[in-house]
Amino acid sequence: MSVSQMFIALQGVLTADQEIREEIRKVVQALEQTAREILTVLQGVHQSSGFQDIPKKCQKAREHFNTVKIHLASLKTKFPADQYYRFHEHWRFVLQRLVFLAAFVVYLETETLVIREAVTEILGIEAEREKGFHLDIEDYLSGVLTLASELSRLAVNSVTAGDYCRPLRISAFINELDSGFRLLNLKNDSLRKRYDGLKYDVKKIEEVVYDLSIRGLSKTATGGAGEEK
Amino acid sequence: MSNKEGGFRKRKHDSFPHGHKEENDSINFSSSIMTSFKMFQLELDTRHDKYERLVKLSRDITIESKRTIFLLHRITSTSNVEEILAESEVKLDLVRQKIKQVAQELMGEDMHQYHRAISPGLQEYVEAVSFQYFIKTRSLISLEDINRQLIFKEVNKEEERKPSSDSPNNQNDTWNIKVTPVDYLLGVADLTGELMRMCINSVGNGDIDTPFELSQFLCQIYDGFSYIGNTGPYEVSKKLYTLKQSLAKVENACYTLKVRGSEIPKHMLADLFSSKTEIIDQEDGLS
Repeated sequence: MSVSQMFIALQGVLTADQEIREEIRKVVQALEQTAREILTVLQGVHQSSGFQDIPKKCQKAREHFNTVKIHLASLKTKFPADQYYRFHEHWRFVLQRLVFLAAFVVYLETETLVIREAVTEILGIEAEREKGFHLDIEDYLSGVLTLASELSRLAVNSVTAGDYCRPLRISAFINELDSGFRLLNLKNDSLRKRYDGLKYDVKKIEEVVYDLSIRGLSKTATGGAGEEK
Repeated sequence: MSNKEGGFRKRKHDSFPHGHKEENDSINFSSSIMTSFKMFQLELDTRHDKYERLVKLSRDITIESKRTIFLLHRITSTSNVEEILAESEVKLDLVRQKIKQVAQELMGEDMHQYHRAISPGLQEYVEAVSFQYFIKTRSLISLEDINRQLIFKEVNKEEERKPSSDSPNNQNDTWNIKVTPVDYLLGVADLTGELMRMCINSVGNGDIDTPFELSQFLCQIYDGFSYIGNTGPYEVSKKLYTLKQSLAKVENACYTLKVRGSEIPKHMLADLFSSKTEIIDQEDGLS
């Protein structure tokens, strides 16, 4: 085979590769759109009126997750199943975001941490690598870390809305999460960077709890709003 | 309420190691979150360990490949060609043993997940093996030929027993690893730098034919890379610039040979180029 023939063949391979990437990008864009819609729905809980109909918002978010399932199913067909990590970068960000959204919905519903298998079920993907399109553990953990910062914000806003019990529950939850992450030996990568931000979320929530405690507000659910700081 | 406040104070001690112990009694270690995080710890550690092992293997592959290339540069005359080629073959076999270990590590894994760890080693191997191939056949080794050499069958008896007893579930005793097209291209781009050196060296040795052969060959490769242009990843386009420089050096050498070669007696050609070689070597060292 002559040199030029070899390069023509290689060029063909590279072009095919680019086409796959293009297809993936299209689906990922649609996924990002849906993720934004879900986020908008869930952002409602931060308003004082939003605290009443959390179940309704969760219900609505879960409906949107059906669209996510369809998009992810079509993403699966865009590339060979054994080359997940080759194109991982393209959907990494959106998948982390979706994990966060799923975890947020589950937290609002049950106040527990969503397990990895449950996330894969919500998203309609596989739990293990061997079975196809799956959820990478680092992406799952990143999503969970995003949940932590969202909850620290929720703690502040729930005080504003006059719900003084919620920050205590969030505090217990985040503390447990924090000690969970302490078990991990993280490498100096993006996940580690995200984890380094967790302590500020923990601190923020503890400040809220502290403010409530010294004013004796954590026991009585009545009292003036606007005491979050 | 009061114990929450206490929790806050303890948190302030987080930066100190003894803070952990204090905190532990407030955390239930058998809770579902903790159990799942213990599993995550295991999973992440396994993954990082494997990555580190692969990085180490990749470094070994790089070093051995580089040594092979240095060895091949020692070919000066027709008399020692066979000898050095045989020695390089032995060295490359050792490198392939390392690559076999990489293949074993990656068995059942997604190769692309750990690609960043092994990519430098594979590129260097492509460079070495293609350089040897060029010296032997004066042509470019194809990606398929490289990959064909990287299929490992279990021939060693004592190793044959191991996989069958240790893990009876994997019956296949062949491992293979595929060099990706991009790694191949990057390796070939590095090869051109070696060919440039070989060209200048051969002039120094009084070999008049090799530079012209090399010039033609490099030109073909350059055309090939130009054909790919920017369809490839960023790294490939980056190499294109260096490739152009190498090509220019070789072409200039050929030009000088053509123009001055007829004027200067053969035994003085070496002097003519020895100064040039120095300049190029210096530049080479910088890049």
